[in-house]
Order: sequence, then structure tokens, then C-alpha cells
Amino acid sequence: MIQAIVFLPLIGALIAGAIALIGAHARHPSGDTVDHDGHGDHAHGNDAPLVVHTSYDEDPQVSPMGPDDRGHHVLPLELQAAGSRAAEWITTGLLMVAAALSWLTLVDVGFMHHDLRVTLLPWINSGELQVAWTLRVDTLTAVMLVVVNTVSALVHLYSIGYMHDDPHRPRFFGYLSLFTFAMLMLVTADNLVQMFFGWEGVGLASYLLIGFWYQRPSANAAAIKAFVVNRIGDFGFLLGICTVFFLVGSTDFETIFAAAPGLTGRTIDFFGLNVDALTLACLLLFMGAMGKSAQFLLHTWLPDAMEGPTPVSALIHAATMVTAGVFMVARLSPLFELSPVAQNVVLLFGATTAFFAATVGLVQNDIKRIVAYSTCSQLGYMFVAMGTGAYSVGMFHLFTHAFFKALLFLGAGSVIHAMHHEQDIRHMGGLKDRIPFTYVAMVIGTLALTGFPLTAGYFSKDAIIEAAFASGHSVAFYAFLMTVIAAGLTSFYSWRLVFKTFHGTPHDRAHYTAAHESPITMLIPLGVLAAGSFLAGFPFKELFAGHGVAEFFRDSLKVNPQIIEAMHHVPAAVAYAPTAMMVLGFLVSWMFYVSSPNMPVELANRMPWLYNFLLNKWYFDEAYDAIFVRPAKRFGRFLWKAGDGAIIDGLGPDGITARVLDVTRGVVRLQTGYLYHYAFAMLIGVAGLITWFLLGSGSH
Amino acid sequence: MTASIMTWPILSVVTFLPVVGALAIYVIRGSEESGARNARWIALWTTVITFAVSLILVQRFDPSSPEFQFVEKAPWLAAGIGYHMGVDGISLPLVILTTALMPFCIIASWKSVTLRVREYMMAFLILETLMVGTFSALDLVLFYLFFEGSLIPMFLIIGVWGGPRRVYATFKFFLYTLLGSVLMLLAIIALYLQVGTTDIPTLLHSNLPRNLQTWAWLAFFASFAVKMPMWPVHTWLPDAHVEAPTAGSVVLAAILLKMGGYGFLRFSLPMFPLASADFAPLIFTLSVIAIVYTSLVALMQEDIKKLIAYSSVAHMGFVTMGIFAGTTQGIAGGVFQMVSHGIVSGALFLCVGVVYDRMHTREIAAYGGLVNRMPLYAMVFMVFTMANVGLPGTSGFIGEFLTLLGTFRVNIPTATVATLGIILSACYALWLYRKVVFGAMVKPSLASIKDLTWREGVTLAPLVVLTILFGVYPKPVLDMSAASVNLLVQNYASALTAVKAAALLP
Repeated sequence: MIQAIVFLPLIGALIAGAIALIGAHARHPSGDTVDHDGHGDHAHGNDAPLVVHTSYDEDPQVSPMGPDDRGHHVLPLELQAAGSRAAEWITTGLLMVAAALSWLTLVDVGFMHHDLRVTLLPWINSGELQVAWTLRVDTLTAVMLVVVNTVSALVHLYSIGYMHDDPHRPRFFGYLSLFTFAMLMLVTADNLVQMFFGWEGVGLASYLLIGFWYQRPSANAAAIKAFVVNRIGDFGFLLGICTVFFLVGSTDFETIFAAAPGLTGRTIDFFGLNVDALTLACLLLFMGAMGKSAQFLLHTWLPDAMEGPTPVSALIHAATMVTAGVFMVARLSPLFELSPVAQNVVLLFGATTAFFAATVGLVQNDIKRIVAYSTCSQLGYMFVAMGTGAYSVGMFHLFTHAFFKALLFLGAGSVIHAMHHEQDIRHMGGLKDRIPFTYVAMVIGTLALTGFPLTAGYFSKDAIIEAAFASGHSVAFYAFLMTVIAAGLTSFYSWRLVFKTFHGTPHDRAHYTAAHESPITMLIPLGVLAAGSFLAGFPFKELFAGHGVAEFFRDSLKVNPQIIEAMHHVPAAVAYAPTAMMVLGFLVSWMFYVSSPNMPVELANRMPWLYNFLLNKWYFDEAYDAIFVRPAKRFGRFLWKAGDGAIIDGLGPDGITARVLDVTRGVVRLQTGYLYHYAFAMLIGVAGLITWFLLGSGSH
Repeated sequence: MTASIMTWPILSVVTFLPVVGALAIYVIRGSEESGARNARWIALWTTVITFAVSLILVQRFDPSSPEFQFVEKAPWLAAGIGYHMGVDGISLPLVILTTALMPFCIIASWKSVTLRVREYMMAFLILETLMVGTFSALDLVLFYLFFEGSLIPMFLIIGVWGGPRRVYATFKFFLYTLLGSVLMLLAIIALYLQVGTTDIPTLLHSNLPRNLQTWAWLAFFASFAVKMPMWPVHTWLPDAHVEAPTAGSVVLAAILLKMGGYGFLRFSLPMFPLASADFAPLIFTLSVIAIVYTSLVALMQEDIKKLIAYSSVAHMGFVTMGIFAGTTQGIAGGVFQMVSHGIVSGALFLCVGVVYDRMHTREIAAYGGLVNRMPLYAMVFMVFTMANVGLPGTSGFIGEFLTLLGTFRVNIPTATVATLGIILSACYALWLYRKVVFGAMVKPSLASIKDLTWREGVTLAPLVVLTILFGVYPKPVLDMSAASVNLLVQNYASALTAVKAAALLP
């Protein structure tokens, strides 16, 4: 069954990919047409240019792109790819099967305790290193299987509607399924190397999907940025794997976990510093998690990733891929548990991200970017849970967040679809009457995100805040403060989005009147996810954050009963703090954007530095550009021109070559023959001389 | 060695079959056009048959034995200098790589070379013999002749069929390699005078004095470092690539560069273990400089071929680093990285050739938006770009990963700095892809560019398959080399411990 779950999406990806390639190839003439033309004048030599116009050439001019073209009207003149329908339904159908099987697996593993490990193939074997392709299914994996496949299936379905007039749909669905496959390889990994395969695989899919509209320079830039920033994280991940292998001699999880307790206290000499071995390993691995989960300092790629089509943002940049870092820490919890320093670092980064991203989210105007910063912030919450040792609670928030955040993104997509690719909330307003279904869905998503009582987010988010408080030490208290403040900010910007988009008066009459509710394929996923935004909470509460944790997760992650117990005994003021903050955020938002709409403008005018600081995302992009990007380019150019050019070549071969060329130029002028005949003769001579010399020296 | 007595000298056949093909081309003359056509077909058939015969080597090779196999021995120049051939798990992958890639080179030259086709094909066939000979020679003199001889056809290929600055490039290439080869020759003579033979297996079992090891190591290093090429003797490579015809670039990147790595594995490490250990820090330093420095330089290139050439230098840095780590993973990774880089860089240069044949420029700025007209090409190029970046699932990952793992065990700072290469490779490779393939198609000159022809498809498709196959299932290559690599690691380690033990004695 697990093979079916993992490989059905791959099969779908291959089929859709083949359809895309065949279709694209049929539409674009191959160079062979030139060959046929060329046969006629073959006798006259082949110097004719290989590129010639043929009569059936398509219009070479690229169709014009509108200035605010954000979506799938990129190539209105281009024909729809053949087989689009087939590609859509095959991939979607396979994903639905995989999703259904995933839920069965969750029941089978979580409640029946049928853990599973299937070895498929040997992969890298060299000396002690023995890495195999293995599918591991325990409760932690099963939870991820459910999240990934459910959201992926819904996003596939949604995309049928959302992408309906895009000419490259087979390619799109191929990428989506490829992503799902890579993500499944990640969560079923039984060793660090396979996890890294999935890790980079989802990175590739993310890169391809962000850059899906490859004609747009901004999309290309965002795609590269996502890949490169993730690679910076992967730099740490890879070194973390090296460290673990160095310490344990294996990359298999079981072997690592078995050996880990014996490694406490061991140190490694790292650039002259004697550092604790386990802490080093954990921190390096966490660096990978920071990149993938867009944590503070490595977060800059996530908002830019919104260049991709909206279903992609929902699937990859909200529900699944960005949670891979959280999953990784949960998977390696037996390791992190042994390094209090690493845990505190996780806590620190998680809390800072939760707060930082929420502040930036306050002032953004792009509907997708607001949700993106919100994702970033919520990922911070998950890491806070990880850092306190309440791993199952972090997984709980991952689980609930997948539903309501996918809902918010797909809802935003529905708004964008209705508004004909307008994404700026300043140009919206009053949409609740035009697209009521979407409005309801967005409100449900917002309620869940802000932690309204009885929604899914209420249970998981409050549990995290309680866990941070219950931990008791100073870093945890910082995390507690940050997460409580962020809860208020979250409520504010989420309602701001709702009010500015759906309430008030329309800012753009033409867009407003043309707005239309989305097709049924888009509304079904919204409905399912809206239901999930309630159902993912209470029914699962005991399993993730209550007394059923140990029974449910067993050995798949580290369970600390004392934290779970302490969470249930926090003071009432702490327990109500996030709810109070939520109400406060809602009220302020109501005041700012409904009752007295000129207040935010005044506030911004009174504190322009703060407003600009937030609007420009704390100036991270500018700082990185100045600190890393431009110096690297300058340095590269310097090394090329000065290092290679002036120093190495100037002192070495060029100096000598110049002399040799002077001589040969004279020779060539004297002779009519080819320089190369001489060179050839010369070399033969040298070779002969060498042979003779060796012969001579060998004979006595 | 007794196990590998054959009814026919299979290794010599593989080595010299291409020369027979070259002779056939020389003998069969005709009008210019029919001569060219005959030359192409003879060259293609010769390389294909050579490859087929070399597969017999794979089939009969015993991967569990670390010994030289298919050994052939005959008296030759003098006592102690014989005709001695054989392969082990380190050289066989490179032999196969050579024979496998040559047909692609011939096909890639089918249309693009129109001038002096007969001579061109002969040069390639002779080059193949010399390259296979280099990897299978078991006598130093024989090795030297093959190793240095390979310079001559390459020199001609660039010099005659190259681009506008070919004279500069060939001289640079020639100067660098000549310097190294003279020093290596002196070292060979010194070894001969010391041991009385140039037989490689014998030399491998003789413990050379430390002093000689040091000098011989340096002399060999001069030659191999240039071939590799290592920083700072790498500057011939970008120029040579830029001027070379497509197939020349493929051979250069895919096979000729591997001779340096092979030399380190065959000579430096096992024959001069003490010197290797002494100089390992030097190699590590040069390797990480190569990885970081050339990656940064690659980032700023304006010529597609130069960019790929610089990235080759960076990737070879992983090979040297892994080899001199002296660990199983490091060396196995080095061997694997050589094979993988052979496939991937060869394919990348073929990809450049595809667009060069259409547009006659290698300038990055002249391209953009190719995906709009060349979707197949875009897909193929993406696969190789990702392999170049070292994405897991492609063969590029396995080699980099193993060398890093192997190096981390002996030198953490080296491995850490080298890992920066994975960030930088992503920067330059994706930047190149974006500039050439992605984007809107706005340049009028590209408006009628055509997608891959069936001939180009046939050459690139097997390389796509191999890149992914070896990324998912690298076992065939790793297993082939495992026994020899283990023996090498053991001998290296025991040579070092012997010295340490001796030093502890009063």
C-alpha cells in the first residue's frame, strides 16, 4: 500500500510530463525540418546556416503581456496543449487514490500500530556507508502522508479550475505530482540521505513551479532565489549528515538514535573550537530546516515564492514543503532532545520568526504575501513547540495549519480568479456580495488561523503557547511573549485582509462588477478544507496534545509527558492570553478598516520610519544584497579579471605564449604551409626524442 | 593475475581498434564528399564496435578482486620496460566512459564539421586509442607515451577545427601540459634508476625512500594538476574549451580531465603514500580554493562554454579533495565523480553545441527564452543543469556527497568550505539556465530556432538516462571500483601507520 501511495504521484508526474513534452514538441518544429531542407544543397557544402525559415513557422513575435498580468493569460494566442484534460484527470485521480490510502494508513499505523519498513533498492554503498531506498511508515510519517496527499489531491482538483485557460497545464500538473512524490520520499525516508533526496527534490519542484510562468523575469528571479536560499540551508543539512556519519558511521535513523545517548559529552574540533558534537550536528541540521521552513534570516525566499501560481502557494508554500523543516526536527527529536543548546536555538529562531513575520504581515498589500508572511509566522510557532520539547504539539499545529492555511491560499486564489488577477487588496473591497462562498471560506480560514474557539487553530496554537509557558526557563518565556504578541498581530492582519477585500466599498468598479464566483472544481476543495479547519482540531486534540500522545506516536518521535502534563496546569490567565489577544487584534482591525478607515493612514504618517521599516520587511533583501550578492559578484569578477587574467595568465602562459607567438608568426610569414603541420611534426619529433632517450637509458 | 588469461588480448583490441579505424579512413580515399561520408561512417562504426567490445570487459570483470585483470605482458623496449596492460576497478570505469562517449562525439560532429572531415575523424580515433591506453597501461613508459601522446590529437583538434582564437588557446594548452610532462618524465627516469623497472605493479609493491617519494610526487603532481586542472594551473581550460569544436570540448571535459585524477589514484597515492600524506594539506587547500574561486568566477562569465569550463574546475576540486582524503568514501566518491562528471559535462557541452550550431555564438546574452521554441531542449538541459548542481537523484550528487563525507572524516574545515560549492554551483548553473532558456523570446534572431533534431535527441537521450540511472542506482559503478578502492585505502593506511610505528621506535 505504501508503495502505491508514494509512487502513484510519480506515475502521474511521468504521464503528465510525457503528455507535456509530446504536446510541446508537436507544436514546435524540431531541427529535423531543417535537415530535410538541407538535403538538396548537400553537395554544395554544409556551410549554409542551419537555421532557416520554414513556411509553417508560428508567429515569432511573443504575444504581448499586460503590465499587471499575474496569471494564466500569459499567452492568450498560444494553443492549449493537447491532452490537457487527460493529464489533469490522470494526475488528480491518482492523487485522490493516494490520499484515500493515506487515511487508511493513518488508521492502520496510528491505531492498529502496524508500523512498516519496506526496503526497495540499495542506493549508495561505500565502505561503512550503507544507504538504501527505504520506505518507513510510523505514526509521524502517516500524519504527514495524510497532510501531503489530502492537500495535494485538493490542490490538483482546484487547479483544474484555476488553471483552466493556461496553455501549459500538462506541465503544471506534472510538476505538482512530481512535487508530491518528492515530498512523500521525504516523509517516508528511513535515513538522512533519502530525506535529503526528498528535501532537494521538493526544492526542485518548488523552483520549477515558482518559475512556472517562465516568461516573467520576476518569476524567474523568485525561483532562483528560492532554490539558492534553500541551498544555503542545505549546506548546513549536508554538513549535518557528514557530522552524524562521522560520529555514528551510519545515516540510518534507528542506528543514529541508538547511538546518540552514548555521544553526549563528546566534542568535535570545528575550526579550532571544541564544540559539543551533538549540538553541532543538530544545529547544522537545523540550518537545513531553517532554509526549508523559511525561518528568520533564511525567510526571504518565501514571500517572493508567491510569484508561482496560487495553487502552488497553497500546496508547497503553505501546507507541505515549508513544514518539512518542522517534520525534520520531529523526526530527529531523539537527537535534538539530547542537546539543550540546540533546542534553545530552535526555540529562539521559532519565536523570533513568529513575531518578525507577523509584524511584516501587518502592512503588506499583496493578498498572497500577507498569507505568506502569516505562514512564515505560523511555522515559527511550530518550531517553538519543537524547541520546548513538545514535538507532538508542533506536529498538531502542522496538521491543523495545513488545512486552514491551504484554505486561505485557495480562497485568496479564488479572489484573484474573481478579480482577474488583481492581487492588491487596496484595489478590492466589498467582494462579499459578489463571491459569497469564497467569503465564507476565507472567514472560516481566518477564524481558524487566529485561533477562534473550537476551530482547529484554537487547539493547536493555544497548546503551543501553553507549552512555551510551561517550559519555564528564560528562552521559553521569551518564546511565550513573542507568540502571544504574534497572536494579536496575526488576528489584526488576518482581519485586515478580510475587511479590505470583502467589506467596505469597491475600489475598482469595473473589476467589482466583473467579479464572479469560481467554478465548482475550485469550490469543492474550499469546502473540504473549510470542514477540515474545524474537524482537524478537537477530534485530534487528545492524540497530539493530550493523554493519547504516547499511545498514538509511540517511538516515532520523542514524547515528553511532563511537558504535556504541565501544559494542562498553566494559570488561567496564560490559557486565555491568546484568545484575549485575538479579540484585541480583531477589534483594532475593525476600528482601522471598518469603523474609522483613516486611522491607519494617520498612524503611518505619524510614524513613517516604522511603517517603511515594516513595509520593506525589515530591509532584509536590501541588506543581503549589499552584504552577500553584490560583493560575491564583484569578488567573482575580480578573481576572474585580476586573479586568472592578470596574475596567473599574465605571469604564466601569456608571457611565454607572447614570445612563442612572435617566433611562429615570423615562421608562418616565411612559409606558405600550415602552422599545424609544423606543430604536428614538432610534437612527433618530441615524442620520438623521448622514446629514444628512454630506450637509450633503459639499455644499459 | 592468472585468472585473467584470455584467449585473445581483449584489452589491446579495445585500445587499438580505433587506430585500425583511423587507418581505414586513411586508406579509403574518394572525392571530397564521399570521402567525408565514408570517414564519418567508418569512425562511427569503429567507435560503436570498440564500445561493444569494451562491454565484454565489463561482463568478464571480476569486481570482487582488487587485482589487475585482463593483463597482457610482452617484452618491449628493454629489460624492465615492457608492454604491460591491465585494468582494475579504478581504471575500468574510465575505460568504459571513454569508449561509451566516443560514438556521441562522432555523431555530434556529423554535420557541424565540414572541413577536413577525414583528418578530423582520424584525430578522434587516434585520440581514443591514446586515452584508453592511458587508463590501461601498466608500464610507466607506456603510460607516459599514451598520456602525453593524447595531447597531440587534442592539440590538432583545437588548432585546426577550433574557433577564432584557437592559436592562443592551443599554445596555452600546450605550454601548461608540456611543463608538467617534462617533470613527470624526469621522475619516471628517477624511478627507473631507483627500482630498475617501470612496471607499475612492481613499483606499487616497492617501498620507495621518502626523499624520492617527495620529489617524484611533486613531479607527477605538476603533470596531473595541470590535466585535472587544479587551481592555479587551470586557466588553459576555459580558453581551450571556448575554442574547441563541440566534440573536442566533450572529450576534453569528459575524459582528458580524468587522466589527472586517474594519475593521482594510480601513482601518487599508492606509490608515494608518505609524500601524499605530507602534501594532502596542500591538495586540500588547492581543492577548496578551486571550488570556491572558480565557482565565483563562473558566476560572472559571459560565454556559455567558459562558464561550464569553470564549473568543471570546481567539480574536479571535489575529486582531488576526495582522493587525498584517503578514505573509502573519499576515493570511491572521487572515482564516481569522475565518471559522473564525464557524463554530465560531456552532455552539457553537447547541449551548448546544439545551440551553437544554430546560432554560431556562445555568448549568454545572445540567448534567452529558448524554452518557448525548444521545449525538448529545455527539458534535457534542465536535467544536466540539475546534475551539475548536484541534485540528489542525479549522478552529480553521489560523487559530491561521497567526497564530502570522506573528507569530513579527516579534515572538517576542508569539507565545510568545499560544501560552499553546492550553494555557488546553484547560483551559476541556474543563472545560466535562466539567461539562456527561460524568459520571453524577444530576440528576433532566435525567432525561428528549432528544437532538437533526431540526431541530437539520440545523442542526448542516453546521457539523460545514465545521469538519472546512476543517481538513483549508482551501484554498478560503485561496486566495480569498490574492491580496488578498498585495497588502495588499506595500503595507504598501512604505509602511514608503518612509518608512524617506525618513528616511535627509539
